Amino acid sequence: MSIDLAAILIVAVPLASAGVLLLLGRRSDGWGHWLGVLASAASAVMAFVILFGLLGRGAEDRAVDVHLFSWIPAGELDVDAGFLVDPLSATFLLLITFVGTLIHVYAVAYMEHDDDRRRFFAYLNLFIAAMLILVLADSFALLFVGWEGVGLASYLLIGFWNQRTEYAVAAKKAFVMNRVGDMGLIIAMGAMFASIGSVDFETVFAAAPELSEGWATAIGIALLIGACGKSAQFPLQAWLGDAMAGPTPVSALIHAATMVTAGVYLVVRSGAIFEASPTAQLLVVIVGAITLVFGAIVGCAKDDIKKALAASTMSQIGYMMLAAGLGPIGYAFAIFHLLTHGFFKAGMFLGAGSVMHGMNDEVNMRGFGGLSRFMKVTWITFGLGWLAIIGFPGLSGFWSKDKIIEAAFVGEGWQPWVFGMVALLAAGLTAFYMSRLFFMTFHGKARWNDGKNEAPGPEQHPHESPLLMTVPMIVLAVGSLGLGAFLAFGDRFFHWLEPVTGHAEHHDPVIPIPVIMGATVVLMLIGVLLAWRQYWASSVPLMPPTGSVLTRAARRDLYQDSVNEAVFARPGTHTVRTLTYADTAVVDGAVNGLGAGAVGLGERLRKLQNGHVRSYSAAMSVGVVLVLVIVLVARI
Amino acid sequence: MFVAPHIEWAALSPVLILLGAAVIGVLVEAFVPRGSRRLVQVVVAALALGGALVAVTWRWTVVQQDGPSSLVAGALREDAPALLFQAILLILALLALLVIADRARGEDAFTPTASAIPGSEYEGQARRAGLAQTEVFPLTMFAVTGMLVFPAAADLLTMFIALEVLSLPLYLLAGMARRRRLVSQEASLKYFLLGAFSSAFFLMGLALLYGYAGSVHLADIATAVPLVSGMDGLLLAGSALVIIGLLFKVGAVPFHSWTPDVYQGAPTPITGFMAACTKVAAFAALLRFVYVVTPGLGWDLAPFLWIVAILTMVVGTVLAIVQTDMKRTLAYSSVAHAGFLLLGIIALDERGISGILVYLLAYGLATVGAFALVTLVRTKDAEGNLVGEAGHLSEWAGLGRRSPVLAVCFALFLLSFAGIPLTAGFTGKFAVFGAAVAGGDWPLVVIAVLASAAAAFFYVRIIVLMFFTEPATGEDGSATTVVRSEGLTAVAVVVCAVGTVLVGVVPTAVLAVAAQASKFLL
Repeated sequence: MSIDLAAILIVAVPLASAGVLLLLGRRSDGWGHWLGVLASAASAVMAFVILFGLLGRGAEDRAVDVHLFSWIPAGELDVDAGFLVDPLSATFLLLITFVGTLIHVYAVAYMEHDDDRRRFFAYLNLFIAAMLILVLADSFALLFVGWEGVGLASYLLIGFWNQRTEYAVAAKKAFVMNRVGDMGLIIAMGAMFASIGSVDFETVFAAAPELSEGWATAIGIALLIGACGKSAQFPLQAWLGDAMAGPTPVSALIHAATMVTAGVYLVVRSGAIFEASPTAQLLVVIVGAITLVFGAIVGCAKDDIKKALAASTMSQIGYMMLAAGLGPIGYAFAIFHLLTHGFFKAGMFLGAGSVMHGMNDEVNMRGFGGLSRFMKVTWITFGLGWLAIIGFPGLSGFWSKDKIIEAAFVGEGWQPWVFGMVALLAAGLTAFYMSRLFFMTFHGKARWNDGKNEAPGPEQHPHESPLLMTVPMIVLAVGSLGLGAFLAFGDRFFHWLEPVTGHAEHHDPVIPIPVIMGATVVLMLIGVLLAWRQYWASSVPLMPPTGSVLTRAARRDLYQDSVNEAVFARPGTHTVRTLTYADTAVVDGAVNGLGAGAVGLGERLRKLQNGHVRSYSAAMSVGVVLVLVIVLVARI
Repeated sequence: MFVAPHIEWAALSPVLILLGAAVIGVLVEAFVPRGSRRLVQVVVAALALGGALVAVTWRWTVVQQDGPSSLVAGALREDAPALLFQAILLILALLALLVIADRARGEDAFTPTASAIPGSEYEGQARRAGLAQTEVFPLTMFAVTGMLVFPAAADLLTMFIALEVLSLPLYLLAGMARRRRLVSQEASLKYFLLGAFSSAFFLMGLALLYGYAGSVHLADIATAVPLVSGMDGLLLAGSALVIIGLLFKVGAVPFHSWTPDVYQGAPTPITGFMAACTKVAAFAALLRFVYVVTPGLGWDLAPFLWIVAILTMVVGTVLAIVQTDMKRTLAYSSVAHAGFLLLGIIALDERGISGILVYLLAYGLATVGAFALVTLVRTKDAEGNLVGEAGHLSEWAGLGRRSPVLAVCFALFLLSFAGIPLTAGFTGKFAVFGAAVAGGDWPLVVIAVLASAAAAFFYVRIIVLMFFTEPATGEDGSATTVVRSEGLTAVAVVVCAVGTVLVGVVPTAVLAVAAQASKFLL
């Protein structure tokens, strides 16, 4: 099968499946979920076809442009819809379809008791199709279609249980904050059209080096805003925690492995533009660094297992963003970390779902503890994910994160020191909060009601999940274990991406590499030890202690909602109220006044229309005389 | 010495077909038995209109090939604008004919015997006997004949005769309403008196222009304008008076007073017919006169036309707002539309001609359609007897719920009147206003846009009334009901609606055809 055909089918199959499931409705309830799984699996097969197709070519030929149709032929703006298959998009295709299929399988069991399972799978398929369009697009315009598509799917899935008001509100929040980011992307496209006259990748990236720095910075910042919205980066991060309202497979697929990394994809894909503007690049790094620390701090204080994982996701994407902002040196590392993160974070989310499955949908980690004895598979797979994310030597996260920290130390002036130290310290923080999560859940004393102890709450009977759920977890755990080493061996992943990201000259960090590696491992061990002392060795209180100012702030997501409320929502509300008042008083007043004036004039004129022919003819005669006077006088 | 003119029979075929049909119609009245008279009349009229349309299309291809020509010793001019105006006229007349012929509930809109005294015993007998005044059809054919000649008339005398040929049958038709016959007869008489009055002005202008140029041919007058000096008074006064005569027909202020009374009193199908077709014919004649004779006069006539246009737009709009009767509202709306159309006349720009063509098509479709729907909405008294059309606006309240299709169509025509995008009205307004801007008359366009905005008020008010107001029952227990058309009206309404949408959504085809008429060739 040719790459062209595979690239079309990979999108068409899940899209068609979503259409079938939504159109057939309840009639497909019995088998709809399996159709969804099959569609996703078919896409995964296509992804492998594309992979092998590309591998069969020389490194320089690994870019296939699949022209679909002429889409927007509007005068100067001429956009063709087309797919670009190259190593970067192929990497994403594999991640999306492979992890996506595993999560589909998992969801078959996880959503078994939900009446709307079929609809859930329709949305999942819709998401897969939209995400594939996003990464396959060969122009910003088509990328935007996928961008909006995943936003829609995310909205539908976060609010899947919209009978609960707070879930519906969470979905709306995610949607609105994403729209803010989308505006950035639209503005970026406008700026591209204004400065370059095109929005397709080839033309834009070819023209980017010649762009004036002002334009490049403007486009870069607008793109960054778009990326921040979709990837939950500072300052548009507030929606991700609430998005955990969606069913856990959604959190694993959309809000951990794929959609939230779209911002990183956008920045890496638009590398040419960012390279033309050091300012925009620096902003990307700063945004990444802030989010990295932000997420880590919030993650240390959250007791809700999913929200803690969400904070961790935010923080890890901060790493990727930071790397992406470093330029060609960081692109490959960003994508590498994105890929390994996709595996271990999805695995941990599925593990969290499995825990919830065994614990009657409990999410508060203070009500867990000692679960390792009851859920062996979940424990081991989650443990591998945990070791991977904290960067335990040898596992996936170690290879990818270490590279980013090293890259952060490369450069001149103050920047490598600041960003390098932030990345390094955050590695310690990551170790602490992930260990905290792991220990609180699986180790220490059982704090749930097993019928014998004093713990409050309903009696729990923790049990392992069915095979349909554990097998995907095992597969992802294998990825957490070995994917990093496999890809890092001989730098094969970086050579694979080189046609897209460009060859980065090797630079030495400001601190020798062995020192950085040593410091990372030491900090990680300290983090784990601290967590062990507090959450395994000593007892965990059921009610969270008041804690320091920082802890309290972290529990409330560092007051992100209060800030948004005070800075945007309230002034916005006031502006709207003022405008509404002005509209009523001034605009309506003027219009109504005009209307009343017209009615008044009409009433007067109406008196002239009295029905008497004599008055009519008199009026005509007067008119004729006036006309003649006007015409003849005008002549003189 | 009198030279017998050469008659171009082929070129005259559209007019001859209709004239023939009118004469045959009169013979049908005399010779065909009463039972089948109506059917024969409708078929003859419809065939004549269709045949004339085919003939016009044929002449269009001929003119495309051979260029324009003068007919009957220069009395008529066969050129692209004339043929397009004739085509629009024939289409609208055909649609109007369907409405005229329709007999909802077995009754047409006309009195059984026009000669009976209203309310007399004889009238009652005639109604019970099921008599029908089928002379309506030949009268309509005579009127259409006059209208067809009007846009092609190349000399003032022909123009005057066409004016009278189209007017006289209309005077009669206006007085033949089945219900409220006194109002109808009053309307007829008013129309006749004021029409005669305005014809006098036209004739006076004709005489003055003859005195100036020594000819009644438009082309001769036009050539005389730069040559003859010292008699400017005659030229200007004559032109002004001829234009006044034509402005009366289009219903421009201050020569509009007859419009609301006649539109209200006349049988509604006739109102739709004359509102649409008379306006097309009169604007065609006005356009020819102004574009052929007065370009050289330029600034001398401009103040007069500007004032008339502004007054027409403002008065039409303002008075429409305060009306409470549906037909009177539509009458004033048609006055306002005459004002908008005058912009295309004043523009004296090539685009003005095509703009007016498109505008008239859009306006005509919406007008025939709207008045056709008015014929179907009736008042029912407490006993359930139909007492006539629901004239008062309040009787239209809540119609959207009981007859959604009718209300949606009516709303579509109103939106087209208002010039909302995606309806034909928008295309027309855009074309005419664009021509006026090209002609440098932007202050007029500003006023026109403001007037359109104000006019949207009363159109939308009716829509709100139909869709968002509870239906009201009168104090005497009367209610509004919608009668089923015999089918003919429904066809007319659907065609008008489809045309309105088509010209709005894909205007390029219509604009392209109209653009070919962009020049009056002398």
